[in-house]
Amino acid sequence: MAAGDGPALTGTARLVPRAPAMTRNADRRIRIAIGCAAAAVLAGFLVGALAALLLATGSLPAVASLLEDGYIRAIVGFTLEQALLSTALSILGGLPLALALHRARFPGRDWVLRLFLLPQALPVLVGALAVIAIWGRSGVVSDAFAALGLPRLDVYGLPGILIAHVFFNLPLAARLMLAGLDRVPAESWKLAGQIAMPPLATFRIVEWPAIRTALPGAASLIFMLCVTSFTLVLILGGGPGATTLEVAIYQALRYDFDPARAVSLALLQIALTAAILLAATRLGGDPAGGFGLGGDARRYDRKSRARDVADRTVLVLGIAFVAAPFVAVLVAGLRANLAGLVVQDAVQRAALTSLCVAAAAAGLSLVLSTAVLLAMEALRPTAAGAAGTAPALARHTLETTGSLVLVVPPIVVGAGWFLALRQVTDVFAAAPYVVVATNAAMAVPFIVRIVGPALSEEAQRTRRLADSLGLFGLARLRIVDWPAMRAPLGLAFAFALAISLGDLGAIALFGSQDFVTLPYLLLQRMGSYRTSDADGLALILGILCLGLMTLAERGFARRRRRA
Amino acid sequence: MTRAMAAPRPFRLSRLAGLATLALAAFAGTHGALAAGDKPVLTVYTYDSFSADWGPGPKITAMFEKTCGCVLKFVGLEDGVAILNRLKLEGASSGADVALGLTTDLIPEAKATGLFVDSGTDLSAIEVPTGFTDPVFVPYDYSYLAVVYDTKAIKTPPTSLDALVNGDPSVKIAIEDPRTATPGLGFLLWMKAIYGDQAKAKWEKLSDRILTVTPGWSEAYGLFTKGEVPMVLSYTTSPAYHEIEEHTDRYQAAPFEKGQYLQIEVAAALKGSQHKKLARDFLAFMLSKDVQSIIPTTNWTLPVLPSVELPKEFQALPKVDHPIFIDPETVAKNREAWTQEWLQAMGRR
Repeated sequence: MAAGDGPALTGTARLVPRAPAMTRNADRRIRIAIGCAAAAVLAGFLVGALAALLLATGSLPAVASLLEDGYIRAIVGFTLEQALLSTALSILGGLPLALALHRARFPGRDWVLRLFLLPQALPVLVGALAVIAIWGRSGVVSDAFAALGLPRLDVYGLPGILIAHVFFNLPLAARLMLAGLDRVPAESWKLAGQIAMPPLATFRIVEWPAIRTALPGAASLIFMLCVTSFTLVLILGGGPGATTLEVAIYQALRYDFDPARAVSLALLQIALTAAILLAATRLGGDPAGGFGLGGDARRYDRKSRARDVADRTVLVLGIAFVAAPFVAVLVAGLRANLAGLVVQDAVQRAALTSLCVAAAAAGLSLVLSTAVLLAMEALRPTAAGAAGTAPALARHTLETTGSLVLVVPPIVVGAGWFLALRQVTDVFAAAPYVVVATNAAMAVPFIVRIVGPALSEEAQRTRRLADSLGLFGLARLRIVDWPAMRAPLGLAFAFALAISLGDLGAIALFGSQDFVTLPYLLLQRMGSYRTSDADGLALILGILCLGLMTLAERGFARRRRRA
Repeated sequence: MTRAMAAPRPFRLSRLAGLATLALAAFAGTHGALAAGDKPVLTVYTYDSFSADWGPGPKITAMFEKTCGCVLKFVGLEDGVAILNRLKLEGASSGADVALGLTTDLIPEAKATGLFVDSGTDLSAIEVPTGFTDPVFVPYDYSYLAVVYDTKAIKTPPTSLDALVNGDPSVKIAIEDPRTATPGLGFLLWMKAIYGDQAKAKWEKLSDRILTVTPGWSEAYGLFTKGEVPMVLSYTTSPAYHEIEEHTDRYQAAPFEKGQYLQIEVAAALKGSQHKKLARDFLAFMLSKDVQSIIPTTNWTLPVLPSVELPKEFQALPKVDHPIFIDPETVAKNREAWTQEWLQAMGRR
């Protein structure tokens, strides 16, 4: 063991200004103010879009009357049903996978972890076709069944929607829970090993509390992603029996051109989701906050043959389920004329644009989320008491504001900002900014959920020490908060990159020839018979994303130095 | 090695912010380059496969700019519906001079906006099935909806809507959603034109053969070319693409006894345009032999100028003697009720 002193001590001795320029309260107030400002920017971005759409078209929303419509009621029912089921399955499947991934060390584990981020970067249409290549009527599984003389699978309908949603979200759940496990201090594992804790007790006493901190975040995130699902639901739903609110919103704004109805439906979607999210925050546990010195965790589990076999089974099944559609993407991509694509000017430009957008969006998102997170921590009642419901409510409001962006339909945000911006500027020039802002906003809920638990555990551990040392302001940010956030920020940054790289939401509305991202180019080719080009572009997008994520991880990794 | 021992790496927000600013400045730069000296810029809103690199857009730009003394700028939106919506959002102050790529079904709605002006284009040389003509909207190409099938999977394709509706339910088709996609709406109208009041019952029967209903053409066609479904609702001209670009005759369009549903694409000039003469010239240019003869192999639709000689791959496509067409006014009046009817018929599963 290299160090016996607390995490902040070595740094503070050198770095704290002698006369603290700032008091504890001032520091707290500044953090809260900056966080609220960031949340206000986010909320303004969304509310502004809705308001602009209503103002410019002179219409008023009428949410209540929507629910009198049987069609809408049925849609709401189906939307919630498929989202709740998808969330439950993703979490239930992700849990054993996260546990097994945390226990097992095997070659290529790092790449598996990166692969688990990749579904977020897959344009939905590509993902849907890849899932179908495995699970469809002429998919790999059906072919195997047919070879055995069994009937082919027919997944279209709720089963297809669930398979696709689980493919996109189970890896997300697993990664978030794994991040929870990674935060368990090394000492806990050592202790569990010393007293030869049996597997079930390890789960109950060590693993479950850590996973529980990640659970509400993961579940709410997946729920939001599934509530707003559109392309997947239509393609795999088999018919209009499977229609979500998002489809109705799209229809209202496109075919019926009824902005008031579109905004009403969007508000309904936001209200429903907000109600469910607020209910879910009550289920969440407080940070586990075990004591530790921050060493690299190693596990000392007792050897157990049964558990090894179980782990191996879970890993093989889980990784096969997630990787199989990517293999389909890879196989299709390799059949395309990759060399021909890479030298195309349009492809190079699109790739460069995608890189710039993703880097800018992920960076912006990191800044906004960090501000919101630090404010959330500052609002957490201290152990000394003085807890009130007001800060708790404020904290939940901040968190929810940071989340709801995911359920505001991009077509509505895009149309709103399009209208607002054209009053003041050339919308074509503004398109990149709107896309970057939208992508940044979309990534905030991910980042908040990845970094939040780590930050609050660290804060719980170091708050009193830092307070008593008079460590405030930028120095506290640098010495206490930054080291705690750094590793999870790397993961969060990778997620944000993936989300932005795969996003199509806002860009289609602006339609500028000079601003084409890779997924947009892919869809354009797909829309004019060039399926093989689209396959190749999907592969290029995937490789680009893996490369960027690897770089991001390296950049954020703790610098290793010999002590 | 513990966290306590690692010197925290300083946190460089400024570097990140700098990077972001640079990236954005780079975009802004590419836009500046577009501003075109003293020449007037004619802005045409269209759908993005028209303006894409491989579409007719770039070729038309090169030809038109030779003579117009202007800069031609295409803005590629999702489809005809998106073009009309964009114009509605922008109203009278739209930056567009011409809208190109609406289908005739959208004409009543487009006229109701009051944003368009008479074309003043001489339509005497062109020939459109059903003889469609309009003072404002200039038809520049057309196509027929068709069931396209995979010859590797289907030996006896359906020969009529009846055969499609009553065929083997285990042989599936992918169609597009009429709530979100133009061909989907076209197929709804096709069924209505043939079956009238019986359409609902026929949809119920057909629903057993429908593998899935996709939000757009790309998804359905993607399922088809990936081999997931042996039939797809597309166009009679689709096989020509595969013949010419991929040299395969694997995919064929099934000719139907009572004909195919007709989809005509139109263009029109906007009232608010600053370049009315250029806009008119452009509309006329769209009907010129130069443009019409590149339409088949770039937009994969049929030209309206009868003197254009079609490539031989197009000659092999099904000939349509009976275009099926419901006039735009009737469509506009009934679209909502018909869509509801479709939802009820299809939602019962």
